[in-house]
Amino acid sequence: MVSLTNLGWLLIAVIALALPVFASGYHLYQFSQVLIYAIALLGLNLLTGFNGQISLGHGAFFAIGGYGTAILITKFGVPYWAAIPISSLVCFGAGFLFGFPALRLGGLYLALATFALAVAAPQILSYKGFDNFTGGSQGLQMPKPHAPFGIPLNVDQWIYVVCLICAAALFLVAINLVNGRVGRALIAIRDHPIAAETMGVNAALYKTTCFGVSALFAGVAGGLSAVAVGFVSPDSFGLVLSLSFLVGIVVGGLASISGMIFGALFIEFVPNYADQLSVYFGEGAKALPGAIYGLLLILIMAVAPSGVAGVIRAAVRRLLDAARS
Amino acid sequence: MTSRRTFLQSSAAAAAALATSAWPARAENAPGITDTEIKFGQTEAYSGPASAYGVIGKTEAAYFKMINEMGGVNGRKINFISLDDAYSPPKTVEQTRRLVEQEQVAFIFNGLGTAPNVAVRDYLNQTKIPQLFVATGAATFGDPQHFPWTMGYQPNYQTESKIFGKHILASKPDAKVAILFQNDGFGKDYLAGVKEGLGADHAGMVVKEVSYENGEPTVDSQIVTLQGSGADVFVIAATPKYAAQAIRKSYDVGWNAVRYLTDVSVSIAAVLKPAGLDKAKGLITAAYAKDATDAIWKDDPGLKAFADFIGKYGTANDLRDTNAAYGFNAAILMVEVLKRCGNDLSRENIMRQAANIKDLELPMLLPGVKINTSADNFYPIRSMQLAQFDGENWKNFGDLITA
Repeated sequence: MVSLTNLGWLLIAVIALALPVFASGYHLYQFSQVLIYAIALLGLNLLTGFNGQISLGHGAFFAIGGYGTAILITKFGVPYWAAIPISSLVCFGAGFLFGFPALRLGGLYLALATFALAVAAPQILSYKGFDNFTGGSQGLQMPKPHAPFGIPLNVDQWIYVVCLICAAALFLVAINLVNGRVGRALIAIRDHPIAAETMGVNAALYKTTCFGVSALFAGVAGGLSAVAVGFVSPDSFGLVLSLSFLVGIVVGGLASISGMIFGALFIEFVPNYADQLSVYFGEGAKALPGAIYGLLLILIMAVAPSGVAGVIRAAVRRLLDAARS
Repeated sequence: MTSRRTFLQSSAAAAAALATSAWPARAENAPGITDTEIKFGQTEAYSGPASAYGVIGKTEAAYFKMINEMGGVNGRKINFISLDDAYSPPKTVEQTRRLVEQEQVAFIFNGLGTAPNVAVRDYLNQTKIPQLFVATGAATFGDPQHFPWTMGYQPNYQTESKIFGKHILASKPDAKVAILFQNDGFGKDYLAGVKEGLGADHAGMVVKEVSYENGEPTVDSQIVTLQGSGADVFVIAATPKYAAQAIRKSYDVGWNAVRYLTDVSVSIAAVLKPAGLDKAKGLITAAYAKDATDAIWKDDPGLKAFADFIGKYGTANDLRDTNAAYGFNAAILMVEVLKRCGNDLSRENIMRQAANIKDLELPMLLPGVKINTSADNFYPIRSMQLAQFDGENWKNFGDLITA
């Protein structure tokens, strides 16, 4: 079973590494988005899937990462490879601090409080007092980075490689976090907070730190997104973004690491397919992409309530059983 | 992959040229152009928070379908690809790249929204792909010096507010002006425009300017502050919900000022009715397009053309939707530009023809409002006409004003 998991990761790695050779610039842009979403989903899943704290506001941390990176690059001349880590650390701070009020808010109340973050973010970003930094509702543009040291990669390939390196590193971090003592503590707090505290787990510290780390992941993703798109504006970080993150972790599989890749594929590609499918409903049916997206979502939840990761797990188990008998 | 495709295309073109042994002395036709087809695209908000604007894209697609059924443009059929970007700039970049790199469109037409269009402007200008008639009122899209491949369409917010400023100066030279504006790009463009219209010598006429944040529950206290300034002219640069509050409150507190209302909030159903039709009486706005619900256009040939088109290709609701009339006008303009390109459908020539329009009238523009562009004017519509609300309808008055 363990070797099968590793085989799965190997397959993903081979596909991910082969992509820049075969895919066009446009497809690489899409897969860069997938990697970016996967990082953000991973962060949210650490918080929601493993630690049981629901956040509807991760778009706000994504926005802090994105704007932080954009402001550092355009206003202070910081190179992108330094801007992304700096702004993600800011995100960690913001998430850690937000973790304190979150301690007092459980379940749906926390969902509402984080929801408020997501609602407020676009408006705060266009607030006139910050115009000199944020560019107001017109946003900020920045040039796309070229590959350093004469590496023979074009801009799209290079951005993809940067995203891939970040994603690989953060997936490793997440796997190690979850499979060790920390992961057990996080899950224990989720499943039975009183028992966990009795066992000597410092629940408050774990929960706030988990919030911070989760926000840091979202911040890295937001920073990469700003660099990959070359533009940030309040419209880039609307409420829908936060909600699609939640969709992503549920579709991918709560408390699953590898599932986040599938969750990211879902939120990147399914809206496009919904748009294309809506053509088949006649000329006047361009209002349908939202409805088709919703239908697909309901279908997936009905067929695979434990997400794509759950389906794969079940399929592998069945295969093994069949092989044994 | 792309280079191989372009190589194949150019060698095919060369072969064709050899075959006819007549190599025309002009740029090659753009990708997406064949002897039978003109392919171009658009990003539109069919889902997400701005999806009400999706009607624009649908109407345009329907209009191009009608043109195809009538034989196309100079013998070529239009292949119009309109993709959903949900008004999210990262998605706009993705869909625009798909249009350019996968679908190989000749140009982008009437993409929706300020931020989405800013997000792809650099990319389109670097690759020299026309970004024509962008669907937004932001003033930043008419800058041929820096962005020679990007052209605006509708009058921008500054044009409209400059017209207000000029009218205030002409009709009430000693006016004291108070302004309520939304604290974002739209509101600030407006504020700047009113001042520009008044002119630097009359900057003192603006006695009070107060802003509100989108999301505030009410603007009542702002209205009281503005009234307290003793102003006798009140400019409302607010989105529909706040405009309705401002209209009602300014009436209720007995503030007897001449009130100007941005054309963003002129909807009778969505703004003036909730505010109270009697309380909205006397409001002044500026318009550039015909309001299909206004009875005075009942026998107008332009409106009849629109109604005939909607009758065949749209739904009854489209007839009352200003977005449908907007898409109808823009699509006609696009077809006209393509007609004028004749057989030279290079990107350079498409841009040149778009920037060389003189006094073109469109069916749903107000009489006298004409499309004018030139090499250094990328704002196609610059004139508007003032209109006053009589308690039932907007009534146009005065001459066209060009800012």
